[in-house]
Amino acid sequence: MVIMNYSNNMKLETKTIGNIFADNPKITSRNVNVFYHDKQAINNVSLDVGSKEIISLIGPSGCGKSTFLRCFNRMNDTIDGCKVEGNIVLDDQDIYHPSVDVVPLRAKIGMVFQKPNPFPKSIYDNVAYGPKIHGLASTKDELDSIVELSLKNAGLWNEVKDRLQSPGTGLSGGQQQRLCIARAIAVSPEIILMDEPCSALDPIATAKIEELIHQLGKNYSIVIVTHSMQQAARVSQRTAYFHLGELIEVGLTKQIFTTPQDKQTEAYISGRIG
Amino acid sequence: MSNNNKNYTLMDAKKAEEIVRSNVKKRRRKDIVLKSIGQFAIFVALSFLVFLFVSIFAKGIPGFFQHYVTLEVNLDQKRLDPKGDLSADSLYSGDARKLVLEALYKEINPKGRKQKKAAKKILSSNAEIRVAQMVLENPSLLGKTIPITFALDDDIDSFLRGYIKRDTPESDRRINNTVIKFVDVLVEKNLVDYKFSDYILSGSASRSPEIAGVKGALIGSILTLFVCFILSFPIGVATAIYLEGFAPKNRITEIIEININNLAAVPSVVFGILGLAIFIGVFGMPRSIPLVGGMVLGIMTLPTIIISSRAAISAVPPSILDAAYGVGASKLQTMFHHVIPLAIPGMLTGTIIGMARALGETAPLLMIGMVAFIVDIPNSIQEPATVLPVQIFMWADFAERMFVNKTSSATIILLVFLILMNGIAIFLRNKLERRW
Repeated sequence: MVIMNYSNNMKLETKTIGNIFADNPKITSRNVNVFYHDKQAINNVSLDVGSKEIISLIGPSGCGKSTFLRCFNRMNDTIDGCKVEGNIVLDDQDIYHPSVDVVPLRAKIGMVFQKPNPFPKSIYDNVAYGPKIHGLASTKDELDSIVELSLKNAGLWNEVKDRLQSPGTGLSGGQQQRLCIARAIAVSPEIILMDEPCSALDPIATAKIEELIHQLGKNYSIVIVTHSMQQAARVSQRTAYFHLGELIEVGLTKQIFTTPQDKQTEAYISGRIG
Repeated sequence: MSNNNKNYTLMDAKKAEEIVRSNVKKRRRKDIVLKSIGQFAIFVALSFLVFLFVSIFAKGIPGFFQHYVTLEVNLDQKRLDPKGDLSADSLYSGDARKLVLEALYKEINPKGRKQKKAAKKILSSNAEIRVAQMVLENPSLLGKTIPITFALDDDIDSFLRGYIKRDTPESDRRINNTVIKFVDVLVEKNLVDYKFSDYILSGSASRSPEIAGVKGALIGSILTLFVCFILSFPIGVATAIYLEGFAPKNRITEIIEININNLAAVPSVVFGILGLAIFIGVFGMPRSIPLVGGMVLGIMTLPTIIISSRAAISAVPPSILDAAYGVGASKLQTMFHHVIPLAIPGMLTGTIIGMARALGETAPLLMIGMVAFIVDIPNSIQEPATVLPVQIFMWADFAERMFVNKTSSATIILLVFLILMNGIAIFLRNKLERRW
């Protein structure tokens, strides 16, 4: 058991190897436990997400990385019997405090899912939906420009500008995923959570998304869950390795992939667990 | 990652292939047997269906037609309109009957009281009302002598169709030889027609089959179903939305769910007793009205709508919910913007299935008195009415021969109504279904 010094002089108990802190934290999570009914899925995880940082969460299937990701925008609330304990603070606000409303929280923290899940609506409506429900645009022109900029930032504008009214589900898998990214950034979030965004895509579409993630990293904090270690190595600055609900090791991506401190991490990186 | 590299020896590949081959024939045979059993079952089901349709249509199509006689009636103003103000009162109290009979006597020349009495049996009792109505609609006819077509009495109709046979002994026949002689005269003079009935679609309940129609029952059915829909669709869908989207998972909701599922299987007559006890007993609503009938059927339809709506809601892919929640939609917005538009075709299907069942329901309506013999066509949900299946039920019970055909005709009308409703449902579903 390593005892670390918390920034405000609280003691933090963690077994995690490496530095869980970020220089300029956007989200700080402390001693997070997640239960599905009686089964514990996340065990005492503490991790910071830095401002405008890309951090990837890796680990074998069922290790809890997606569960942990879904804690950040309280998507776990929608799952029956899921209980989250511990402290997750976003910009000095505890997001699990009873007074916190999930609607503005989720507007601030966008999410991209494993399988592209555009709404069965037009491309335009897919992107415009978020801004519409949050009242971000007061005129049609404003909405148009939000849609255009979001699609441009998601690298999809040139491919769809002539058919904004055609169904979003008619796009190819990679395009759909970029549409979902456009939908997420249309509400101007500060953080984007990505849950294995490329696992359903072919290598070319994956390359495009990775390039896009790289671009987006300049403006947003991005937490990405991935099964592909190469992807983690390519896109992220920091990497966290999860195993059986515990955060085993966290560090700079380069260091995790070259000189992992923990035996389990090393075994996973070198392909012996997985 | 297995470290175990030892190879266990399994069966020899050649031998395995042989065993598989020897089994193939047996497996094929089982496939064929199963397939033919299925085909036979479908054949049996289809032949029942064909039998049903043939029997209904064979009896029902003739029920849409009947025999008419055309007579030259002198519309004498003084006798038709004794008060001289052309009011309905005056016309209905006038002597239309005599005028019609005179026109008939002119054709068949009955001699003496006995023959005249026989002649009176030829025409439907509705003949005089038809004359009065014609004049009421068009007073300029007064004083003229014009040909008017009258329905023949149902016994004459039966005779002309051959249901009453000439060679049956007179004492066993519903019509005597004199009447038959007169009918022969009318037929010889080419005054009798067989044509589409005026009454089946526009007439109301009557003990005389030749003027009985389904209009009252049809309107009663429409009004009842309207009330049923207004009550059950919003409540059913709202319940389904609450149970699927908002209700916490606990004991109470579990009990509610079990009860709803059980209610769907409760015999419909029980709902009739419930309606009788609550709507009529406690709230003191009148009997026989579509409002009460619709409410009873609405309660009966609720479980069907709730169950199918819930199924439709839970069939919406969770990824859509994730997407909506992910951009920060509230529960309500997620429901109304994403879930319901995707679930509405399924909800409609369930509703139509429920309504179709309600349309064909008699038992609960008998309990609340919608079985009454109601001649007036209902104008609102608060006037006594009957419904199509109850009408069919009553006609099937009547003794007159021609009601056999009328019963099948009304069944055809019910089926057409049903097909129309289902057609609308399929149209709506296809229109609302998002194929992308």
